[in-house]
Amino acid sequence: MSELDRPPGATPAAPRDWTYAPAPESRDVVRIAERYGHFVGGQWLEAAETYETISPSSEEPLALVGQGTEQDVDAAVGAARSAFANGWSALPGSERAKYLFRIARILQERSRELAVLESLNGGKPIKESRDVDLPLAAAHFFYYAGWADKLEYAFANRRPRPVGVAGQIIPWNFPLLMLAWKIAPALAAGNTVVLKPSHTTPLTALLFCDVLRQAELPPGVVNIVTGYGSTGAALVKHKDVDKIAFTGSTEVGKWIQSEVAGSGKRLTLELGGKAANIVFDDCALDQAVEGIVNGIYFNQGEVCCAGSRLFVQESIYEPLIAKLKRRLATLRVGDPLDKNTDVGAINSREQLEKIASLVQSGVDEGAEIYQPPCRLPEKGFWFAPTVFTNVAQSYRIAQEEIFGPVLSVLTFRTPEEAVEKANNTPYGLSAGVWTEKGSRILWMAQRLRAGVVWANTFNRFDPTSPFGGYKESGFGREGGRHGLEGYLRFDE
Amino acid sequence: MSRLPVKKTYKLYIGGAFPRSESGRTYEAEGQNVARASRKDARDAVRAARAAQPGWAAATAYNRGQVLYRLAEMVEARVPEFAELCSGHGEVEQAIDRIVWYAGWADKLPQVLGGANPVAGPYFNFTIPEPTGVVAVLAPDEPPLLGLVTRLLPPLVGGNAVVAVASESRPLAAVELAEAVATSDLPGGVVNLLTGFRKELAPILASHMDVNALDVCGADGDTPELERLAAENVKRVVHGRADVQSPWEIASFLELKTVWHPIGQ
Repeated sequence: MSELDRPPGATPAAPRDWTYAPAPESRDVVRIAERYGHFVGGQWLEAAETYETISPSSEEPLALVGQGTEQDVDAAVGAARSAFANGWSALPGSERAKYLFRIARILQERSRELAVLESLNGGKPIKESRDVDLPLAAAHFFYYAGWADKLEYAFANRRPRPVGVAGQIIPWNFPLLMLAWKIAPALAAGNTVVLKPSHTTPLTALLFCDVLRQAELPPGVVNIVTGYGSTGAALVKHKDVDKIAFTGSTEVGKWIQSEVAGSGKRLTLELGGKAANIVFDDCALDQAVEGIVNGIYFNQGEVCCAGSRLFVQESIYEPLIAKLKRRLATLRVGDPLDKNTDVGAINSREQLEKIASLVQSGVDEGAEIYQPPCRLPEKGFWFAPTVFTNVAQSYRIAQEEIFGPVLSVLTFRTPEEAVEKANNTPYGLSAGVWTEKGSRILWMAQRLRAGVVWANTFNRFDPTSPFGGYKESGFGREGGRHGLEGYLRFDE
Repeated sequence: MSRLPVKKTYKLYIGGAFPRSESGRTYEAEGQNVARASRKDARDAVRAARAAQPGWAAATAYNRGQVLYRLAEMVEARVPEFAELCSGHGEVEQAIDRIVWYAGWADKLPQVLGGANPVAGPYFNFTIPEPTGVVAVLAPDEPPLLGLVTRLLPPLVGGNAVVAVASESRPLAAVELAEAVATSDLPGGVVNLLTGFRKELAPILASHMDVNALDVCGADGDTPELERLAAENVKRVVHGRADVQSPWEIASFLELKTVWHPIGQ
């Protein structure tokens, strides 16, 4: 019996009782210090205050990490300013390029070590940190390395100069990859940086300092100050920072935008999203189901461009949902370091509580919840892959960014209706379209108000491909030639 | 016996019509009573702009270029009138030439600003510029005509709809320009021109949740407060200059959209 013949409402077949032997990646490749300071001017600056960073999959303490104060941020900005003035900005682009190429190469060489640490500190499956985060991070440095001595060709009839000291604040969902997205174009353009990683995932950024040591990057060109939001706020407010680049929530992004108002600081924001993933009845159904699963369960759904709103054309609603539920039952949730794991741990207790509360609101508002049978570990922060059907557009789960493995399914009849519903959000980061009809793909792509449109695919990233949002998902682009613009000023 | 001339009433330009301010207010500028737009006028203008924007953006680039060229023709036909209202013939000619220059950009932007991206995988990937949406422009006081044209054309060429606040001290050139716009084939609502007090109108537009971008060129010392208001819906804030001509001026009112599709058999 083919999928489409299955009577509507039939329960999906139970997963066969396959058990997987554990296949853990070894932790031996990475050595974590007991205590970390801030990386300022090429030296480790002892942190006056510290906090404990843990593994979200086991709640095991991993290290003590500095809680950056205003003085720490000031020292880091000072080091960045002096590195900018004393050589880095005047270095020929071809020489800057070589430092970036070195960093790219060392990231490739030490990729397993960094991938294991990423999964340990952030909870994402090793399969993803190994096959997505690390290769992309290295590729980003490699791509922007090549731009460093070609900047005058990037923007027609404009003479580029570096901006100065860039303050960069990154989230916890792709810690090292976001670091690469920020640091690579900034350095290629001749700036120096102060980067603040998320307080929950500082360890790969701190290990990256050792990559910089090996690359012999001049001191002060990259400075890393760890800590909670107050550290980031000090960086945003610092008078000697010329540019702020932020990736994170729309709420914090708005605060930053109002905070830098009138300061003359340059600003780029990559904020939240509530992407529509739109599936037409003439799609390749199996591929679409894979795309939906990748769209929302990749990295536990902790992705700003996650396809969290699924719009299904009514005529294929039943068979698609049946297939989706069955596919969900095959996802393996568990130890992030296990090579078979599909869905890892939620990044923090705080995030888990936020997901749980939004999911509860979905139940309370009347949506129908489905979670496949899966056994979640007792320690750590876990949330089962979740699908909501019977969702109205007004429900919080259809409006707010959940940032977790939770999919809200809505339906539509015509392409016009799909566009209307998809665009009915203050966000505009990404969107997906599934149909085998080429003209319809382009018609939809034209009308979706989003910075990235994935047609018959989802969650693809590449250093050459500009990424960023429309509307309240932020402004500025990261990746590609366009990603340089935020780090350059132009003599007109 | 000499003939008594018929004098003009200086009104707003909203949604293709020339209403007085709904508030009934005027102020005196350049010896004339000029409409003093209210909060409601500004909001009506944003609504008209929002309604007109998709149609303007959906016009072919070739068509947008021709319509803007037509605007240059309409200004050219009124050179003496415009010359009276600004610094003279030189400014009018510069303004006309600037309109023509920008008109020619309409069908070249995607090639200069976008392109194909060589991603490391079996995907076709391209980036194209698209309009940001509704743009609020605070025109500079001087030069009254060229300053407005300089700030108006970049968002228009890219397919945005504009609500512009005219020079406060010298608003007549803007009203004259509205009349040229009205006869230029630009659909009603694509350009909306408000006269009045900038201090009153600027914060309304800067905080309006259905405005996508704000050009603070004429904002003087109020820029920080306007920027702060703009953050409420993550507006793009552009610090435009009164006399500049560049495709990068257009780019600051554009979004970039990147589309991926697999390549396969």
